[in-house]
Amino acid sequence: MSSPIALLIIGVAVLFIIGIKLLSSPKTARVGNLVAAAGMLIALVVLHKPDGTSVWTQGWSSNYTLIVIGTLTGLVIGAVGAYSVKMTAMPQMVALFNGLGGGAAALVASLEFQRGAHSFAGITAFIAGAMLFATLIGSLSFSGSIIAYLKLEGKFEKPMTFPGQNILNGLVLLVILGLGGWLTLNAPNEHATFAFMVMFSLALFFGIAMVMPIGGADMPVVISLLNSFTGLAVAADGFAINNLAMVVAGTLVGSSGTLLTLLMCKAMNRPVTNVLFGAFGSSGGSHAAAGGIAGTVKPIQADEVALLLAYAQRVVVVPGYGMAVAQAQHSVRELSDELGKRGVEVQFAIHPVAGRMPGHMNVLLAEANVPYDQLVEMEAINPSMDRVDVCLVIGANDVVNPAAREEKTSPIYGMPIIEADRCKTVIVMKRSMAAGFAGIENHLFYKDNTRMLFGDAKASLNALVAQVKAG
Amino acid sequence: MDTNILFIFILAVFVGFEVISKVPSMLHTPLMSGTNAIHGIILFGGILVLADADSVLTQALGFVAVIFGSANVFGGFMVTDRMLQMFKKKK
Repeated sequence: MSSPIALLIIGVAVLFIIGIKLLSSPKTARVGNLVAAAGMLIALVVLHKPDGTSVWTQGWSSNYTLIVIGTLTGLVIGAVGAYSVKMTAMPQMVALFNGLGGGAAALVASLEFQRGAHSFAGITAFIAGAMLFATLIGSLSFSGSIIAYLKLEGKFEKPMTFPGQNILNGLVLLVILGLGGWLTLNAPNEHATFAFMVMFSLALFFGIAMVMPIGGADMPVVISLLNSFTGLAVAADGFAINNLAMVVAGTLVGSSGTLLTLLMCKAMNRPVTNVLFGAFGSSGGSHAAAGGIAGTVKPIQADEVALLLAYAQRVVVVPGYGMAVAQAQHSVRELSDELGKRGVEVQFAIHPVAGRMPGHMNVLLAEANVPYDQLVEMEAINPSMDRVDVCLVIGANDVVNPAAREEKTSPIYGMPIIEADRCKTVIVMKRSMAAGFAGIENHLFYKDNTRMLFGDAKASLNALVAQVKAG
Repeated sequence: MDTNILFIFILAVFVGFEVISKVPSMLHTPLMSGTNAIHGIILFGGILVLADADSVLTQALGFVAVIFGSANVFGGFMVTDRMLQMFKKKK
């Protein structure tokens, strides 16, 4: 590798690091994304083969035509996906793109491995190990992401479990690791292709088996984890084909993704092992039944709510996934503007894991032009919840469930919540009495200061806007 | 194998941890999406294997890898930009 190219690759690494850094502050995030994209473009220009020769100075072969067609096809798929997806379906889209990246990483590694295993010189154990690692992690990320995508799309959201599942998964993993180890040490071998195919298929199966038992509510954590997995697979590919830019980019994603996954688990107050192996939610029903909830559900009508809101001093809105489903974010903003005109102080309390992904609510409210100084994070708003006149819970459920504080046997016990129940009046807007995504009964609905406004969130909000305007 | 590349790998692990240690939760989704786009660099891995493909099978698999990688990198940056575009609108 000649030194100008080496310098450019250092530049690429710096751009990726600065890009991620800028992405972690609201003001600079968009620039950060573009900086990372610029890094990607430079990496493309200096793309070199494992032996150091540039890819772009070779003669044009039919393979290059395929490269152009393939890249353009991917571009179209990516662009259509990115620009047609509804804001509520963002998490699925990220899962899907991540899965494709994982699949690509697995394919690249397998092709390199096959070539290496059949070449006369063979490959070193280290390189073989990196290729097998990339194949394993990449294909696992591919199949796992597809399942995560389907779960978020509403297909088999419920955790699927059967006795001995963790043991079976453990056995499959052992076989995979055994095959991987054997292949690493005996790479050029007449049985290598067969063993490799078995390992590849088992890794695909393992991705499915790993995600299937996890409930839909935990998909954000799973996607974040699989995202860092894909990063690691790409880094391993980088080792295998001696591409420094891929090593750096993949590793950055792998480590920052791991940290992000841990941060997300921390927000839910659950160890990551519990998310992955706990089959969360499968036993939620029985817990609630055993708890025995005192009190009754008290419905309320829209006109009464409008009065409460119009004469309140301070209103806090707690949005959740239900708001996203009902596409009610614009109506919420309208209501907030109307109340603002009447001198009511309106804030939005954002739980770190509200919606289907951390930050999901921020994205949706930003789309509806809610200024972000009105968005307050959970820790910041909880101390002043006693002084809130009306708390409007729109399609949020588990993140306001006081069971997390009160009931030791609840599966969500210990999870930090927005303490809506401490407000003077709580209005819960909900379609029906169905349990939340985690499958747990919500104690908040039965509190004395809680009123339920049943119906479609958007319709109810529009009614409220009309009433507040009229009043 | 070059030990320099291992050295860089170890440093990158720490940089990755450090660089997002203070991210507000509102940016978790865009950050996940943005890093998702960065691992789309696997497109170049796909390009490299396809450039050297010497059989119909390797061509076909390499072609699929290029499509996947390309969708990952382009879609990833675009979807992140679309999310962040909305953060920018401030009154």
